[in-house]
Amino acid sequence: MTFFTEENLELAHEIIGRYPKQRSAMIPLLHLAQEQSGWVTEEAMKQIGVLVGTSSAEVLGTCSFYEMFKRHEVGKYVVNICTTMSCALLGAEELLEHAETRLGIKAGSTTSDGLFTLEGAECQAACTEAPCLQVNYRHQYRVTPSDFDQLIDELADPNNEETPRHGVLAQIRQHIPVERSVGAVHPDLVNVPPVWIEEKKEANS
Amino acid sequence: MPDSQPNAVSVTINGTQIEAEAGELVIAAADRNGVHIPRFCYHERMSSVGMCRMCLVEVDTGRGPMLQPSCMISVTDGMIVDTESDQTKRAQEGILEFLLINHPLDCPVCDKGGECPLQDQTVAYGPGESRFIEEKRHYEKPIPISDLVHLDRERCILCDRCTRFADEVAGDPLIQFTERGNETQVLTFPNEPFSSYFSGNTVQICPVGALTAAPYRFKARPWDLEQVESTCTTCSVGCRVAVQSSRNELVRYLGVDIDPVNHGWLCDKGRFDFEAIKSPNRLETPLIRDPNDKDQLIETTWGAALAASADAIKEARSGKIGVIGGSRLTNEDAYAWAKLAGSVIGTNNVDAQLGDGLPGKVVLGLPGATIDEACSADTVLVIGPDLKEELPILHLRLRGAAKKKKVKVVEITPLQTGVSSYAHRSIVCRSGEAAKTLKSLLTSDDELSQEIRSGSVVVILGRSSLAESALPAIEVASVITEELPKAKFLVALRRGNVRGAIDMGLSPGLLPGRVPLENPNDEIKKIWAKVPTVEGLDTAGMLRAAADGQLDVLILVGADPLVDFPDQDLANRGLRGAKFVVAIDNFPTLSVANADVVLPATAYGEKGGTTTNIEGRVSRLAQLVTSPSAARDDWMIASELAWRLGGDLKFSSMEEIWSEIEQVAPSHNGITLEKIWADETRDGILITETSIQLAIEPSGETPVVDGYGLRLISGRKLYDAGTQTSNCASLSALAQDAELRVNPTELERLGIQDGSEVTIISTKATGVAIAIADESIPRGTAVLPFNNPGIRANLFINSELPVTDIRIETR
Amino acid sequence: MTELGIPIPHAPGFIANKTPRIVTSRFDYEDSFTIERYEETGGYQGLRTALSKTPEAVHGEVRDASLLGRGGAGFPAGVKWGFCPPGVWPRYLVVNGDESEPGTYKDRLLMELDPHQLIEGCLIACYAIGLSQCFLYVRGEMAVAQERIAQALNEAYAAGYIGKNILGTELSVDIVLHWGAGAYVVGEETALIESLEGNRGMPRLKPPYFPASIGLYGQPTIVNNVETLSNLPWILSNGSEAFKAIGTETSPGTRMVAVSGHVKRPGVYEIVNGTTTFRDLIYGETMCGGIRNDAALKAFVPGGGSAPWFTADQLDLPFEASQVGPEGSMLGSGAIMVMDETTDIPAAALTLTKFYAHESCGKCVPCREGGTWLEQIMRRVVNGSGTKRDLDLLIEVGETICPGDFPHASNKEKGLSAVPFPYKMTTICFVGPSAFAPVHSALTLFREEFEAKVAGNSDRNYVEVTINA
Ligand SMILES: Cc1cc2nc3c(=O)[nH]c(=O)nc-3n(C[C@H](O)[C@H](O)[C@H](O)COP(=O)(O)O)c2cc1C
Ligand code: SF4
Ligand code: FES
Repeated sequence: MTFFTEENLELAHEIIGRYPKQRSAMIPLLHLAQEQSGWVTEEAMKQIGVLVGTSSAEVLGTCSFYEMFKRHEVGKYVVNICTTMSCALLGAEELLEHAETRLGIKAGSTTSDGLFTLEGAECQAACTEAPCLQVNYRHQYRVTPSDFDQLIDELADPNNEETPRHGVLAQIRQHIPVERSVGAVHPDLVNVPPVWIEEKKEANS
Repeated sequence: MPDSQPNAVSVTINGTQIEAEAGELVIAAADRNGVHIPRFCYHERMSSVGMCRMCLVEVDTGRGPMLQPSCMISVTDGMIVDTESDQTKRAQEGILEFLLINHPLDCPVCDKGGECPLQDQTVAYGPGESRFIEEKRHYEKPIPISDLVHLDRERCILCDRCTRFADEVAGDPLIQFTERGNETQVLTFPNEPFSSYFSGNTVQICPVGALTAAPYRFKARPWDLEQVESTCTTCSVGCRVAVQSSRNELVRYLGVDIDPVNHGWLCDKGRFDFEAIKSPNRLETPLIRDPNDKDQLIETTWGAALAASADAIKEARSGKIGVIGGSRLTNEDAYAWAKLAGSVIGTNNVDAQLGDGLPGKVVLGLPGATIDEACSADTVLVIGPDLKEELPILHLRLRGAAKKKKVKVVEITPLQTGVSSYAHRSIVCRSGEAAKTLKSLLTSDDELSQEIRSGSVVVILGRSSLAESALPAIEVASVITEELPKAKFLVALRRGNVRGAIDMGLSPGLLPGRVPLENPNDEIKKIWAKVPTVEGLDTAGMLRAAADGQLDVLILVGADPLVDFPDQDLANRGLRGAKFVVAIDNFPTLSVANADVVLPATAYGEKGGTTTNIEGRVSRLAQLVTSPSAARDDWMIASELAWRLGGDLKFSSMEEIWSEIEQVAPSHNGITLEKIWADETRDGILITETSIQLAIEPSGETPVVDGYGLRLISGRKLYDAGTQTSNCASLSALAQDAELRVNPTELERLGIQDGSEVTIISTKATGVAIAIADESIPRGTAVLPFNNPGIRANLFINSELPVTDIRIETR
Repeated sequence: MTELGIPIPHAPGFIANKTPRIVTSRFDYEDSFTIERYEETGGYQGLRTALSKTPEAVHGEVRDASLLGRGGAGFPAGVKWGFCPPGVWPRYLVVNGDESEPGTYKDRLLMELDPHQLIEGCLIACYAIGLSQCFLYVRGEMAVAQERIAQALNEAYAAGYIGKNILGTELSVDIVLHWGAGAYVVGEETALIESLEGNRGMPRLKPPYFPASIGLYGQPTIVNNVETLSNLPWILSNGSEAFKAIGTETSPGTRMVAVSGHVKRPGVYEIVNGTTTFRDLIYGETMCGGIRNDAALKAFVPGGGSAPWFTADQLDLPFEASQVGPEGSMLGSGAIMVMDETTDIPAAALTLTKFYAHESCGKCVPCREGGTWLEQIMRRVVNGSGTKRDLDLLIEVGETICPGDFPHASNKEKGLSAVPFPYKMTTICFVGPSAFAPVHSALTLFREEFEAKVAGNSDRNYVEVTINA
């Protein structure tokens, strides 16, 4: 039942504390779980259920809805090649084919060395920079086949530290200093306007 | 803007003007006016999700006709609805075409075939041909999602009914939509099955054959079924059911939606436990003690068995006869037995309860509340057994009301229950001391106390633990009458027709029709040969008397005191102490094995009549099949015994019994069988009248605690080693082995390993159980289920004390 | 400062032009996202101005500015704010940073390059209408945006701009960074709320039509787009009059538009709302500079993947909803995708249909089943195995999702007249119809290309549905 490391568990509690209802922390905690092990394990879902007060089935329901959560092991680098219109107009299909040849795998699978998982993906909000791709959700723009080969070489280099492994999303975390924090309150416990609104009302009347 | 009729709006549906209630959904308004709008996801007892889009109709609110899902939009004044326009029909046809493109169309092998909304609506509204030429979605064919339910995802149309039910109604969100879009599917979490007490409802509300009930799969085709509406008697909630049979065999129960009781839902025990009647263990012929081998029961004839019983009764000293049981009976059976005991045998030693309820006078004397009243009171105080385990549909109703914020549930309980999850406040008290806790709550300046006092209150009252005597519950009633004089009570008695049996006089001190022994009415004096005047013994009293040689004959009418009476030691001594024991039953129970004569009785579904639920609601019981064996109806057995005792009960049919009840029982005057059985009387008939005046004297006794002891708490589980459950193929495996649950700190203190065997020691017995550390159990207590496989709690309970304390030791 | 027209390194795409710059004013600085740069360039002045007024006055200023929502629906922000039912508390702010509409690329730029501007906008909104907590929902697949926002939030908390007693006033608001996890439909505001509550991101039923009445946790909730909120600091600093001086009366201010596809300089441009035309954008010298290789324009999608397509006939329409709608399309999320004469139209349409079928949440039958079916039929048409009957089937399947006439651009040569946007639909949200929009546009405008693909293939017979047991 203990999936999270002590450090992550502490973080998990901090995250839960930011929301008026703990269930809202479900997706952030799934990200945290994925950060810890690269993908989301059953143990992780179970513990998240306990942490946010839902059944494991509900965690699975939410987890499986979202593309980014992987419920089986994936490569160190997940390479998503955009295949939606703007990229398609400018050669996404060719790029994906090239990637399949270069990595020797079909989209949707992982190289045998466990380094790369290749996926055809949908629009990545970089349409003007087509064709584009993401490595662990970090963009690469206007990627030519040779750019792609170079990128793969760089990533395959064990000394490469620029792109963190799959699961690690933002490397800078939000931290709300205790002394500045207003604090989340369950909505059932509030039924008056915030002070600055009340104040002004009194001033008006 | 005050309006003359603020809640009424006028709507035109298919050209006809109707009155609807403001806020009512279009589909519901149409339903009420006999216009059927096809639908899959909409269910009147759950929130709308608008997923299937099958209910699209053309709606004009002044801006021209527009297709709108009728399960999502509310009526507004002047709205014009067309459920048959070309647009509507095209939409319906289109949606059905979409639903069918991935549907396997395996109707011939599908349980739902013949009663399938998808099938029916396809015939009525669907396209004639499929333009879909691709490969359909494929999934592994039926996968079990629990012991009782199978899921075929290929047939599923993702209407969200089962998942919504699990989450919204049952509170067991164990089935969920998973994946997304075209790959969406219903699933459970790996290794966490849909083990909800209410899982069978999902099968019933599934609009296709995606969910099937393991006990019913491939058993019958709908067109072969005969169906009668009846009442479930598994517990005393009395849910309305449609009982279906095929070739003289019960095959299925369906919940019927009635407002005051079950809203269409059933618990799985009620839904599936009819299997027991087909059990090969059923008693089929009368048995009698072998004169050559006193340890053996041998088959005999009805004549011989009845004669032996009558002889024993005749030989008994006057007044030294007792009748235990009655909750398995119909009202008619119960009346026949009450009459036999009172009018023929001349005793008031009758008790339908097995020392596990509250005195009959308390049950009938407290101001009564209905389930609906409980679900709409400002506060519901729950002080009694775990409703989820014992009265599951009452739990469901209460949960629904609490979730919709219609009631505030306050629970006073010795341990966490199924109610705790939706209680506004769960107050943990020491077992046996609820009255004290309640009193201090009500007299404190806690905000809650003010809230309770300022609104309407219904108390759901019963025995929180069978290791407590009835006293603590009676003390609660006395605190309530003192502090909250306007409060009403719903007495949480569990057994099937226990309330009806008490109404019929199977309770010491009472006569049929909620009449005290002291004030017999004229009718009974006219009709009964004699009317008892001396208050008889209750079950505990009879057992004690028998043990002391003060009772000669014990008649067990569907009663198994060795298993169900809280104090097995006393029950044992009672049965042995009696000179002669007659047992009338469906199954060879432990007590039956100790009887001198055993008479097989017909079971539920094999006999008709009426039954009464916890509220006092009388409703019909239907006969659907005939008993394959020599079993007889309980009232017939009473009649024959009377005759052999030189009396005459003077009725020869169930109908005649009822008309006598109607005359004799003042509370039931004017309530004819025709009325109860009428098709319009789906809700049954609620009887509130009572002539019992209750005077509760608080005992002021506080249980003494042994400093070293753990207080024993014992309640029943829905699935236990009870006769009915253990004779159902599908349910018997669901009863979990009995374990002793104790707070981990107690185990630590005693140096006991979690999961190890311990010796339980009480003043009554010593026994062995596995001890489990459980954080949720309050310190100082130990919890043992009353009757689960392994070890029974009634071994240890001393029914003479208000509470039972035990010691545990490592082995 | 970087040169005009040269994309900057971190988040390429933005191309400056001569338009007044309201939301992109800091994009030329390498360190645009830092608090130092922000404060140096007038940052948090809008908030100070707001705090010196009453909340009602701030709300009034925003209402006067007629700031239209930039998330797609174009609803005036100030009016939407007014939908919060009085006396119901608490109220929440949810920032829609889930940008995923095909072709749309602007919110990510705003989040990566000027996160403080967004934060300031959030605070102004919270102050104006008493929103007691703000959730900044950022699309999951935007790691850099999340980092920039996290960094900016940390800086702003430390500097006293967020949290308890902001700038020493009574305003106390937490802003919580929340991540998405990859689901386009979550951009729909009620799905966004579901997702933020920890659920599957499935849109909620309407009514209520706005979460302003019942939203997050059932409470009044304002959902605004990143770009919408990013306008607020400027409006408060410069006043609504100055804002309205740019653009037209019904579409004031500027807006960010991403132009992608076959143009010479694909990029994100801040343009004058209401007056700039599609021609200005696609052919303008300071903007896209024309079609690549000076080829002819075949078609363009004017407002994100869901929008019915336009052709050269509509080039002179301005960025003004009241003119684009009657022509049969919408401005949507400010995304233009341009197709030149070499484009394989059915194949291009398929990429969008595939997108929406894939992104269906699965709730509505027409979207879940119909979307995928459309994709399947389109696939066989595109790969040459379709039949003529399939072309009619595409429309018929579409009509179950969108009954009645579907909007399209008038193509007068073909004797068609435009059907105005919006359309009727049998689904809860626009994802279902969006799968049909490209199919319908492509088929109406370029039927001959479809016919060429299916030429010579003979029709298949349909099978009877047998449901008898
Ligand atoms: C399918 C769908 C997807 C949407 N995606 C987005 C989105 O990614 N970002 C966004 O801001 N609004 C999106 N919207 C619009 C939102 O529902 C909502 O109207 C908007 O966030 C409101 O903000 P605004 O008033 O500031 O524009 C989407 C709407 C639909 C129906
Ligand atoms: S239209 Fe599609 S995406 Fe939108 S709610 Fe319905 S199923 Fe979900
Ligand atoms: S019944 Fe209305 S959408 Fe399903």
